[in-house]
Amino acid sequence: MKLTGAEIVTEVLIEQGVTDIFGYPGGAALNIYEALYNRQDKIHHYLAAHEQGATHAADGYARATGKTGVMIATSGPGSTNTVTGIATAYLDSVPMVVITANVGTSLIGKDSFQEVFIAGITQPITKHNYAVRDISRLADTLREAFKIAGSGRRGPVLIDIPKDITAQTYEYTPAPKWEEKKSESVHTQALATIAADIKKAKRPVICFGGGVISANAGEELSELIKKTQIPACHTIMGTGIIGFGDELDMGIIGMHGSMTANHAIDECDLLLALGTRFSDRVALKLSDFAPHAKIIQIDIDESEIGKNVLVDMAIVGDLKAELSALVPMVEAVPRPGWMSAIAGWREIDRRVYDRDYDGIRPMDIMEVIGEVTNGEAIVSTDVGQHQIWAAQFCKKTKPRGFLTSGGLGTMGFGYGAAIGAQVAYPDTPVFHITSDGSFHMNMNEACTAVSYNLPVITVILDNKVLGMVYQWQTSFYNKHYMATTVERKSDYQKLAEGFGADSYRCETREEFEKAVKAALAAKRPTWIVCPIERSERVLPMISAGDTVREAIME
Amino acid sequence: MTNAIIALLVENNANVLSRISMLFGRRGYNIDSLTVSATNDPAISRITLTARGDDRVIEQIVLQTKKLVEVKAVQIEDENEAILRELLLVKVAADESQRAAIRDVCEVYKASIVDYSADSLVCELTGKPSKINGFLDILDKYEILELCRTGVTAIDRGAKIMTCEDYTSHRS
Repeated sequence: MKLTGAEIVTEVLIEQGVTDIFGYPGGAALNIYEALYNRQDKIHHYLAAHEQGATHAADGYARATGKTGVMIATSGPGSTNTVTGIATAYLDSVPMVVITANVGTSLIGKDSFQEVFIAGITQPITKHNYAVRDISRLADTLREAFKIAGSGRRGPVLIDIPKDITAQTYEYTPAPKWEEKKSESVHTQALATIAADIKKAKRPVICFGGGVISANAGEELSELIKKTQIPACHTIMGTGIIGFGDELDMGIIGMHGSMTANHAIDECDLLLALGTRFSDRVALKLSDFAPHAKIIQIDIDESEIGKNVLVDMAIVGDLKAELSALVPMVEAVPRPGWMSAIAGWREIDRRVYDRDYDGIRPMDIMEVIGEVTNGEAIVSTDVGQHQIWAAQFCKKTKPRGFLTSGGLGTMGFGYGAAIGAQVAYPDTPVFHITSDGSFHMNMNEACTAVSYNLPVITVILDNKVLGMVYQWQTSFYNKHYMATTVERKSDYQKLAEGFGADSYRCETREEFEKAVKAALAAKRPTWIVCPIERSERVLPMISAGDTVREAIME
Repeated sequence: MTNAIIALLVENNANVLSRISMLFGRRGYNIDSLTVSATNDPAISRITLTARGDDRVIEQIVLQTKKLVEVKAVQIEDENEAILRELLLVKVAADESQRAAIRDVCEVYKASIVDYSADSLVCELTGKPSKINGFLDILDKYEILELCRTGVTAIDRGAKIMTCEDYTSHRS
């Protein structure tokens, strides 16, 4: 069957199981959009306000489902606008395929209108990328992109296709959808050693990260935690596996981690690090990280073993397979001394978190969302104070239910990501937690939510400052508030109305609960503005290079 | 700090060299020398590079390089096991009174003099980097006008053959 290059693109997308894509058209992408026009029966295209928003939407879709997200952009500025979105996905190992159209091959390299070498620009932020130069390679290149994005350690792949190649015709032979064949074999001997170490350990800790979610190993991990009764903490990327309030959950570790988690890491004699790369926000002082522990790391990426923290033992493998083999080997060992030490630290956290406060507290916001939705909501965040509060206080969550830019820290990520998640799960409540700083970056995506009637509930924690930077200026820069006390006059409720979204303003927990219930019932895009005290800080805090003993608690 | 010699087999594609140098640049690894050439398989190129770092850095270089889709094999060359060669061309200022002495040095090192002019001569030497360093140490007392080295290239002795491997599970 002879098809145009553009038709080959849509056919391979359909073949690979793609049903939803996010994008923005343009001159070089016109042929692809013509092919999409003819395949609307199989592929739903969502137009974003900006290519960055479309890329975050594909990313959010992928994070929420585990499937590979797909995004399409035109040449030049269309493709450069995807860069932040691609880097965000790369740093958090999210499977994504980004298709950029480029100018025709005869115009490439001539500084033509809307021409950039996007394959060069995205080299360090993609798992791999392609500049297609020959239509005979197009279908297989697209298939290979899905393989690379969705296997091993996930990541974004970009394919750049010149316009003339989308117009040429070539023989298309359908191929089956590619599925990752996970190896069944596990490291039995190493796992037996780990089981023996667990039995011997007096003060064991599990620390897990986003790798557990990528591997869909949440259940296996929960079983391991329950069966061994080992207290667990997680990185922000690991949020969702066990909930705040679970007896063995110590919360987040690192810079804004709980005192419980950070003290436990500091004193543990065995640390099982699962799907985590010991980033600089987690291991704040490399030379003093888990100083008394035998550290065992399991990760799918060999280059993460010992990259940041030297470990005593490691397994390179699929966490789901390794953990399900480990669970039957382990047994519960009562460790009353260790558990009572942890209970003591928990008291410190309770005092730090449960601060008295006039008006609505970030903690209230997250608690209400958890309670009203019974932990079924998907929560997406932007970046800053609200992000950490969301992670600290989201009570009940589920794997793939907490979407945040942990690695790149992209302000403006949340709205697009929430839109992507809502497209994937139309009937699930999706909350976008943001703040006045982050929201001003990409609030334009409100038009996307409204156009497709995606009932994303945006909660704006409005403290009229760029809160996280403001907090650092308070603590470390003599309260020199340079460029953080924004005097913006934006009226969120008028803006919401202008975009065609509903809105509420809530100053108490009760008002907020009412607004959330009303928004959930209305099933319409909604903004809820919550004024927050600007003096409210993310606590506790441990600076880079410090240890839990230097934590700032008030 | 060690000086590691790393051999790579890579796909012979347009962007592969920039991908490797981008990786080194991004992660702050310093390439001291780099040679690239096609192999007996036209689809595969061989890169030999030298980089400095402690054992952890060298290990990271190998592991990160392996993750590149177009990289088919990576190995660290053992200086005692592999044959290492590098080509040196050096132009030395030499009037008639100095020529004989330089010729003597060349004879000891088995370097050849490939160009003479009134005031200078060009020496060519192939050998292990250490031999070339030794030769240059001696020449140092003369005035070196210009110098270029190809960078080291390496091949294993005996039956051991470097072949393409499948590092990435995505090709399963």
